[in-house]
Amino acid sequence: MTIAEDPATTSPGYKWVGTRMIRPDGFEKVTGRARFGADIKLNGMLYGHVLRSPHAHAKIVSIDTSEAEKMAGVRAVITGADFPDPSGPAGDQDLQRNVIAREKALYEGHVIAAVAAQTRAQAKAAAEAIKVVYEVLPHVMTVDEAMAPGAPLLHPKLMTKGVDPAPTEPSNVASRAVYQGGDLDLGFAESDVVVEGTFTTKPVHQGYIEPHAAVADTTPNGRTTLWCSSQGHFTMRSLSAKVLGWEPSKLKVIPAEIGGGFGGKTTIYLEPLAVRLSQKAGRPVKLVMSRDEVFRATGPASGTKIVGKLGFKNDGTMVAGELWMAYEAGAFAGSPAGAGSMTALAPYTVPNFLIEGFDVVVNKPKVAAYRAPGAPMSSFAVESLIDEAAKKLGMDPIDIRLKNAVTEGCQATYGPKFPRIGFVETLEAIKNHPNYKIPLGPNQGRGVASGFWFNAGLNSSATVHVNEDGNVIVVTGSPDIGGSRASMALMAAEEFGIDAARIQPVVGDTESVGYNDQTGGSRTTLATGAAVIEACRKVIADLRGRAAKQWDVSLDKVEWVDGQAQHVEGTQPPLSLADLAKGWNRTGGPLTASAALNARGVGSAFSTQVVDLEVDPDTGHVTVLRYLTAQDAGRAIHPSYVEGQLQGGVVQGLGWALNEEYIFDRNGKMENPGFLDYRIPVASDLPMIDTIVVEVPNPGHPYGVRGVGEVGIVPPLAAVANAVDDAVSRRIHDLPLSPVRILDAIINKDS
Amino acid sequence: MKYFAPSTVEEAAGLLAQPNTKVFAGATDVIPQIRAGRPEPEALVDLKKIDRLVSVQRTDAKWVIGAATPTARLTGNAELAAEFPGLVEAAGLIGSDQVQSRSSLGGNLCNASPAADSVPAMVVNGVRAVIATPGGGTRTLAVEDVPAGPGRTNLVPGEFVVELEVDRAPARTGDAYLRLIPRTEMDIAVVGAGVRVTLDESGTVTDARVALGAVAPTVVRVQAAEAALIGSKLDDAALAAAAAAASAACNPIDDKRGTIAYRTHVAGVLTRRAAVIAGQRAAEKNGASR
Repeated sequence: MTIAEDPATTSPGYKWVGTRMIRPDGFEKVTGRARFGADIKLNGMLYGHVLRSPHAHAKIVSIDTSEAEKMAGVRAVITGADFPDPSGPAGDQDLQRNVIAREKALYEGHVIAAVAAQTRAQAKAAAEAIKVVYEVLPHVMTVDEAMAPGAPLLHPKLMTKGVDPAPTEPSNVASRAVYQGGDLDLGFAESDVVVEGTFTTKPVHQGYIEPHAAVADTTPNGRTTLWCSSQGHFTMRSLSAKVLGWEPSKLKVIPAEIGGGFGGKTTIYLEPLAVRLSQKAGRPVKLVMSRDEVFRATGPASGTKIVGKLGFKNDGTMVAGELWMAYEAGAFAGSPAGAGSMTALAPYTVPNFLIEGFDVVVNKPKVAAYRAPGAPMSSFAVESLIDEAAKKLGMDPIDIRLKNAVTEGCQATYGPKFPRIGFVETLEAIKNHPNYKIPLGPNQGRGVASGFWFNAGLNSSATVHVNEDGNVIVVTGSPDIGGSRASMALMAAEEFGIDAARIQPVVGDTESVGYNDQTGGSRTTLATGAAVIEACRKVIADLRGRAAKQWDVSLDKVEWVDGQAQHVEGTQPPLSLADLAKGWNRTGGPLTASAALNARGVGSAFSTQVVDLEVDPDTGHVTVLRYLTAQDAGRAIHPSYVEGQLQGGVVQGLGWALNEEYIFDRNGKMENPGFLDYRIPVASDLPMIDTIVVEVPNPGHPYGVRGVGEVGIVPPLAAVANAVDDAVSRRIHDLPLSPVRILDAIINKDS
Repeated sequence: MKYFAPSTVEEAAGLLAQPNTKVFAGATDVIPQIRAGRPEPEALVDLKKIDRLVSVQRTDAKWVIGAATPTARLTGNAELAAEFPGLVEAAGLIGSDQVQSRSSLGGNLCNASPAADSVPAMVVNGVRAVIATPGGGTRTLAVEDVPAGPGRTNLVPGEFVVELEVDRAPARTGDAYLRLIPRTEMDIAVVGAGVRVTLDESGTVTDARVALGAVAPTVVRVQAAEAALIGSKLDDAALAAAAAAASAACNPIDDKRGTIAYRTHVAGVLTRRAAVIAGQRAAEKNGASR
């Protein structure tokens, strides 16, 4: 449901914004016509196969490709030596080494070499014929192992940043982030109730259904076209160019439809390999990952260890918070420990706090962004502790959060002051919902948690063309990952005052529209939407000018209303978009305009959620009975897709809470690289996820949009843990809350 | 890799006499296993085109189920489901709706996974496997004697299961199969428990069978649990004794799907629950089913 629901539009004053048009890309997707990454086929195309490290940590002594090169059908074999020496900032060097290993293999699945051949089977056989001599090294898999004195080092020169004085010895800790305020000792001294605990979470994968795929076609003059499915083809272009040592302009990237990303398709894996193979073979080359490869070598989100302590007054006021958090980065620096630190206490006004976040390298695949990266783990610790405090204080879990909730003007623990935000509104929406009052039976429990995510703005461009028939094409450079074609069409329809069905939203390639940053930070409806609105307004200004010219009146006599130019005094018959398009020969030629911007005015997102579940006390199995999520969307442009984002975040959070985890054997090899034993929720695991779309407009966007994609995954981890505690009186600090773990807690009370 | 689809048992037996030939019924395990890197055989022999292997027949004495019959045809057979609800429910748990149109009792048995859902349910119902032998004859083995260990059976090369046969259920007999999976479907049993009981007119258990899956290298028949149930009216003490006996019979491993402690405990829990359901079903069947 949406608050203030109205049959025509949920947003008063709007005609199209807030309606639920059928998605423009829906027909192609449900009929199988849409082309995803692996659907691209070119004449003369070769198939690639990637050879990956079987070891979690090993020195690469030698690679002998001579046998493979002689095999039937083989057209190209590449290794790390086929790429320029890593150079530039450390992050770029890490990117290069993650795409293809050089001195060492740093995780099982790390790319060692790749082959292109005429058939898949030939490519696979040749890859298996490559002789690699490894010197296996001891590995570290957890932050505890990696941070232990004398731990084997992944990178011999890695010095911890953010520590004073700077360390003189390398370690596996890439950086330390610190956020502090007030006087921590004083805060805990003032506290009536102190709650603390050590929390752990496992790496989890984004779980997109479409595996990574790339097709590259390099011409002899070096121009290359790359087809891939990603969260941003301009980003794929610039990242690939870095690894290839090229100017980005040598690459044209054509976006395929994307079958899910959730943050995991914001970086490159196969793209530069496909380009180099194509260049070497002189033919187009296609690379597609298997599910096994997706698990072993892409994503995941960090595993974490978090030690937390919160202090409260008897009335529920939070007066002190201390968090020590270590995030697994995988094989290269770059975990979201910083974002986890910034978001951990962001929803609350806590005067005294110290938050430390450590970015720790381990012999696992390098982590990638996953929906509100870093926030779910730190929130799991904080929201579990708040729940424990509420129980000790005898307070309702919503009330204790209301007591401490940030509002407009509050300074966030990570620095800035909040503009108008809707956190309190989400808490009140849950508290006033009938679900929150349903009585629970035996072994049933209710859990509440809230969450925060910054959202992002970044760079977007859009171009709007009016066709000769008066219909409109809107070109953006943001892949349609969550219904953005529909939301762009609705915003353009609102601007032009024409039926949204007359808008054709298009995702342009890197040569057809201005630069767009990738879709991340829930930014696309906000930022690309703002570019679309601006471009529409430019075209409308042009249309008014042409009407003024045609009527021979001054511009201020012309207004744009309901898809047509009108004379303010009504002395001229109105000119519709089609009329003006028809006459463009006489008024200045075709009608088109572009807009490009660096989006400001980002509106932060808050979510509050409540779950009811039942624990089978004899098996530890959890059944989710009902789930309610309330989130501030600012303005829901397309309410169905907003609700879908809210529900999707919850479902992924439930998987993270209950069953998802990477399992490694003693040698650091992943034991569950498939959806059978890596358990994302299936439909029958879930009740209907009820949604409340709260609309507290973001003052920084023309329509009040806030990003909606990410924050929904933040609360479920703690909400589920809190509900399990409510059901069976066991506070479990370690995820996932699998049947094995819950039964163990029930039987061995103090585990 | 060659593919053969014989239309008679004899033809299939001839093909399977060739070395490095693998048989499949629904291929719901064989194809994923090859894709996951198991060595490809020279030839695959598809049993689904043999009429005898895809049929369900009932006589006064027994049911005969073709080994390659899609499990969807078992769950869709109301008479079979009424007589052996536990067996049919277990068969219906294999894979997904899509997989159900390919999966089969013969395949589930001969894939020899310790976690195969239909196997404990077949064992408690005394199901027998009719096996075609390379010489052109047949032999019969109790289902519990077919698996030899994870991925291994007691069939010799060239043999394949033709039919599964089960005697008609006596009066006042009920069966049940329960499994524990972390999800609700599309999963592999962490523990499975099948129970069948026969009651007399007073509600006393006169016969009982208990079998467990995923707690040992092969399906485990738990005679101590059966003994605990026989002679009881499925009262608390008998159920508790059966549960304890089931737990005691476990010889599981720690792996990615569960721990020794967990499997051992839950084997008892599911045995008890399955016994209660089987007892209720038996009590509802006052007369003989034929």
